[in-house]
Amino acid sequence: MKSMGKDKLIAYITVFIGAIIMLAPFYFMFIFSSHSNTGILSVPPPITFGDYLVTNFNTLLDFLPYFWHNLALSLFIAIVVTALNLLFCSLAGYAFSMFEFRFKNALFVMIMGTMLIPPFLGMIPTAMVMSQLGWMNDPKALIVPAACGAMGIFMMRQFISSSIPKELVEAARMDGCREFKIYYRIIVPLILPAFGTLGLITFIGTWNNFMGPLVVMNDMKMFTVPLALRALQGTGQVPWGAVSIGASIAVLPLLFLFVIASRRLIDGLTSGAVKG
Amino acid sequence: MTTMTRPLNAARRKNFWLRKGNKIAPYLYVSPFFIIFGAFGLFPLLFSLYLSFHYWEPAAGLASMEWVGVENYVFALEDEWFQSSIYNTFIIALKSGIPQHAVALPLAYFIHTSFTRMRNTVIGIYFVPYITSTVAISLVFTTLFSRDYGMINQVLTSLGNFTIADIKVLAWLFPTENVDWSRPAYTKDMISFVVFWRFVGWNTVLYLSALQTIPKDLYEAATIDGANRYQQFWHITLPMLKPMAFFAVTLTIIGNLQLFEEPFIITGGTGGIEQAGKTAAMHMYITAFVESDFGTASAISWILFMIIACLTWLNSKLLGGRND
Repeated sequence: MKSMGKDKLIAYITVFIGAIIMLAPFYFMFIFSSHSNTGILSVPPPITFGDYLVTNFNTLLDFLPYFWHNLALSLFIAIVVTALNLLFCSLAGYAFSMFEFRFKNALFVMIMGTMLIPPFLGMIPTAMVMSQLGWMNDPKALIVPAACGAMGIFMMRQFISSSIPKELVEAARMDGCREFKIYYRIIVPLILPAFGTLGLITFIGTWNNFMGPLVVMNDMKMFTVPLALRALQGTGQVPWGAVSIGASIAVLPLLFLFVIASRRLIDGLTSGAVKG
Repeated sequence: MTTMTRPLNAARRKNFWLRKGNKIAPYLYVSPFFIIFGAFGLFPLLFSLYLSFHYWEPAAGLASMEWVGVENYVFALEDEWFQSSIYNTFIIALKSGIPQHAVALPLAYFIHTSFTRMRNTVIGIYFVPYITSTVAISLVFTTLFSRDYGMINQVLTSLGNFTIADIKVLAWLFPTENVDWSRPAYTKDMISFVVFWRFVGWNTVLYLSALQTIPKDLYEAATIDGANRYQQFWHITLPMLKPMAFFAVTLTIIGNLQLFEEPFIITGGTGGIEQAGKTAAMHMYITAFVESDFGTASAISWILFMIIACLTWLNSKLLGGRND
């Protein structure tokens, strides 16, 4: 038993060091955003906050004159995509869990099958389709294709079929309730927790999306935040302080969401994996 | 429905929806997915397949497409840079994938058996890299990995130069001088580490969720039979984790073979010196959007897709076994 205790101590220490490695990049990201380039590029690098935060932010705005616009655009796209996913995925999930209709299973299998298509496969043709439609540099190019994800349909179907009895829908129908009214008066209020989870996942995924905007947005004004950050790289002497503050701005909302809802997020993200 | 006498018609329409509504509604409800997927998923895929058999000069418009058969595929496969990008992809996939699982599985077991109060915090800390912006964090890592001033070199060399009685006791394990991570020999290690860092928590959570489904009485029975904890780990935990391990490894294979964002940002979109950090997905992107060769790029994307499909199939043969 004594050797077990020693093993356990080593294991605890390893987990602790691992946790530091996981968090350290975030820490330095915040620290560096408050230091000048010479401060960051010195030996040893700074490990506490400096006083260049405002200067760095102004440098960021010099390099990226549309940064506020980029930020607003990212937020707008993420919110609209999230709202559309909540609506369309819950409708489809409701149909697959509460209705019997022809081709139901075949259609569901098809939707699940689309999850196997790797995103890079559609990269080139999507860019060409968007340019044919005249949607280059248009938020539509990022919103419409992402408006209804297969993963969201799966999550909603699981949630509705496990939490709402079919009799409830049938009873409402007996009483003469219109179909769409059943959805928004009975189903929606009962699936708000699932809306929360799917909403968070969709928002984060859209906010972080890089490959999508990379091929359809080439006007600096229409860049999303990840693209704008990337543009800082090709500027010769890279302004590391400004890069860090930009990265912090891109990451902070996510950290905030994660802190308030980490359990739900982790469960939601892995539920498809585990149950599927 | 016609639009003649209005009141009668409205009543009939209402009646129609009450009778037929639940027959039509499900089709309406699932239609958004199929409309969107048809236009922005299926059509582009078919178009990309079509494109991969054509030569096309983008500047000359869609009419200038020319059927070339499998020429794009042959050209892509014979291209040295494509071959090296495939090699890079596999090396990075292995260097980041194997440690991910080698760390995640024991870590999950340890968290499962030894953490109670701090449990959610620890899981959260390991999971948080997974949800953060790849671009933002890759940029941060390029600073941390810089040769002369990077924090990572500082830590590594201080460990390498750690002396006890004038002997550098850790020099065999850690470098004693700053490593230039942008050199071709190290680029892949740098990328692999970032990928490892991002996904180790994700895999840990997958293993944890599988551990929670193992019935406790199995362990109780084993304890009564006199099995110690290591024996229990080897003979109960590991076999019970096999389906999840299969699943998690499949996800890692699929994900790692299409790596794009981390290498793209870390190497500044170029692939790095001697293109040592250029993955297959990056090669595809560069062929299309830098060299404007959409036909070859489409062929590359389908070759990569075939490789991923074959490996996923092979993995299910090897690891999937009879359990599934």
